[in-house]
Amino acid sequence: MIEQFTVLAWTVAKVLMIMVPLILAVAYYTLAERKVIGYMQSRVGPNRVGPKGLFQPFADVFKLLLKEIILPANSNRFLFILAPMLTLVPAFAAWAVVPFSDRLVLADIDAGLLYILAMTSLGVYGVIVGGWASNSKYAFLGCLRSAAQIVSYEIAMGFALVGVIILSGSLNLSTIVNAQSGGLLSWFWLPLFPLFVVYFISGVAETNRAPFDVAEGESEIVAGFHVEYSGSAFALFFLAEYANMILISALTALLFFGGWLSPFAGVPIIGEPGAHWFLIKTVGFMFLFLWFRATFPRYRYDQIMRLGWKVFIPITIVWILVAAVFRVTGLYGG
Amino acid sequence: MPIIEIIFYLFGGVLTLSALSVITSRNPVYSVLFLVLCFFSAACIWLLLEAEFLAITLVLVYVGAVMVLFLFVVMMLDINLTKLKAGFARYLPVGILVALAMAAQLFILVWSRGLDSQVLVHAADEGSNTRLLGEVLFTEYLYPFEIAGFILLVAIVAAIMLTHRRRPQTKYQDPSQQVRIRREDRVRLVRVESEGEDS
Repeated sequence: MIEQFTVLAWTVAKVLMIMVPLILAVAYYTLAERKVIGYMQSRVGPNRVGPKGLFQPFADVFKLLLKEIILPANSNRFLFILAPMLTLVPAFAAWAVVPFSDRLVLADIDAGLLYILAMTSLGVYGVIVGGWASNSKYAFLGCLRSAAQIVSYEIAMGFALVGVIILSGSLNLSTIVNAQSGGLLSWFWLPLFPLFVVYFISGVAETNRAPFDVAEGESEIVAGFHVEYSGSAFALFFLAEYANMILISALTALLFFGGWLSPFAGVPIIGEPGAHWFLIKTVGFMFLFLWFRATFPRYRYDQIMRLGWKVFIPITIVWILVAAVFRVTGLYGG
Repeated sequence: MPIIEIIFYLFGGVLTLSALSVITSRNPVYSVLFLVLCFFSAACIWLLLEAEFLAITLVLVYVGAVMVLFLFVVMMLDINLTKLKAGFARYLPVGILVALAMAAQLFILVWSRGLDSQVLVHAADEGSNTRLLGEVLFTEYLYPFEIAGFILLVAIVAAIMLTHRRRPQTKYQDPSQQVRIRREDRVRLVRVESEGEDS
């Protein structure tokens, strides 16, 4: 019994070791977003709080925590409070199976990829429940848009992962990374290039980010599903969105860009694999999210649906067949 | 009591309570959410049996996709609950009959096989449950599996054909046409002589 509790306590400690840096990363990701977009638009971004505006995220957090949570009249109180938690929990839970390096992983389970798919598909509940419980037209419209979008893009995303599974022959994330061992050219982005593109774009759509952020659509439905939220409840939605963006970036790095493997395999010193490579790749994809937001105008809603169903899904189905041919002929994998 | 048993009874309790709440709760949205909780607890119990593929697929398919669409429909419909509750007493005997039949089936299965739940766990010991399931599905049960998949496909096509209405008067945009358009198709540059006095 005591032994089991030590295991439990140790696991909780390890969970905190992932959670705390993740929350800090989210905080500074929001600052990075404002800075990056600022510089892309010839502004400097936030620069008042602390040196170069480095303490801005803390100012934001304290502001949000100290604000009052307003419960709209006739809203469903229990579900209204529950919804932000429903979005946040899966966003964090998915990190359990993410391997940071060869040994650094909380749960090295065999069906890791399936687990991640299941967790990311749960995030939509927070959006739906929040939009419905707010008892507001705009929130409800936003939640319908967002739910339809997430469900549609999940299919393309799942199919894109099938290609990875075929080439690596495993659902375990560590095995998938090890199957890509070798230099830059042996990672899966090369044989699965269309799937990589589809996966990342679907990831952007899944997280409701620009240019797919019709769920928020400030110009049409004010702020979508979280229009009625304020204070810390709003902060949780915000936290979940950014945690999901980091997760998608990390997964793209793991599945298509060799995770912790070095691009210069075989070269001394810089050819060594390690967690730093994984972090560099993840940050690179995180930057893409911000770049997209600064660059692209918002998609029209029917065009989003068309892109998901009529373009991405056919591409992925064809490329799954191509991946199977790669595998059978022994060009890649196997 | 080992910790695994505590966990089992916890999830089992949540499962039973949420299943009851599905039929007793007044708000249909709550019913759907309780059903989600129900599926989730069932998945957790499967995880205890080391059937991780089935557990995660249950969450992925039922919770992540099917119930989302359910919730969608239930939220948008204005369901009159008093009407639904009125049928409760009438359908109760049928419900009890179905429940009894299912209990009898379960009982026969357990009785013929014995209560040795270790069988399942041992099967998973030889390799990961996912790999085992895949190997069996694509070798031993290949034909039933493919036929089942094909029947599902036919059902999908049939369902879409039955509900799809062709409405010729609806206006829609053809993206390929939009992309193909050139400036010359839309704008014409006309030279107009100036009519001013000093021309």
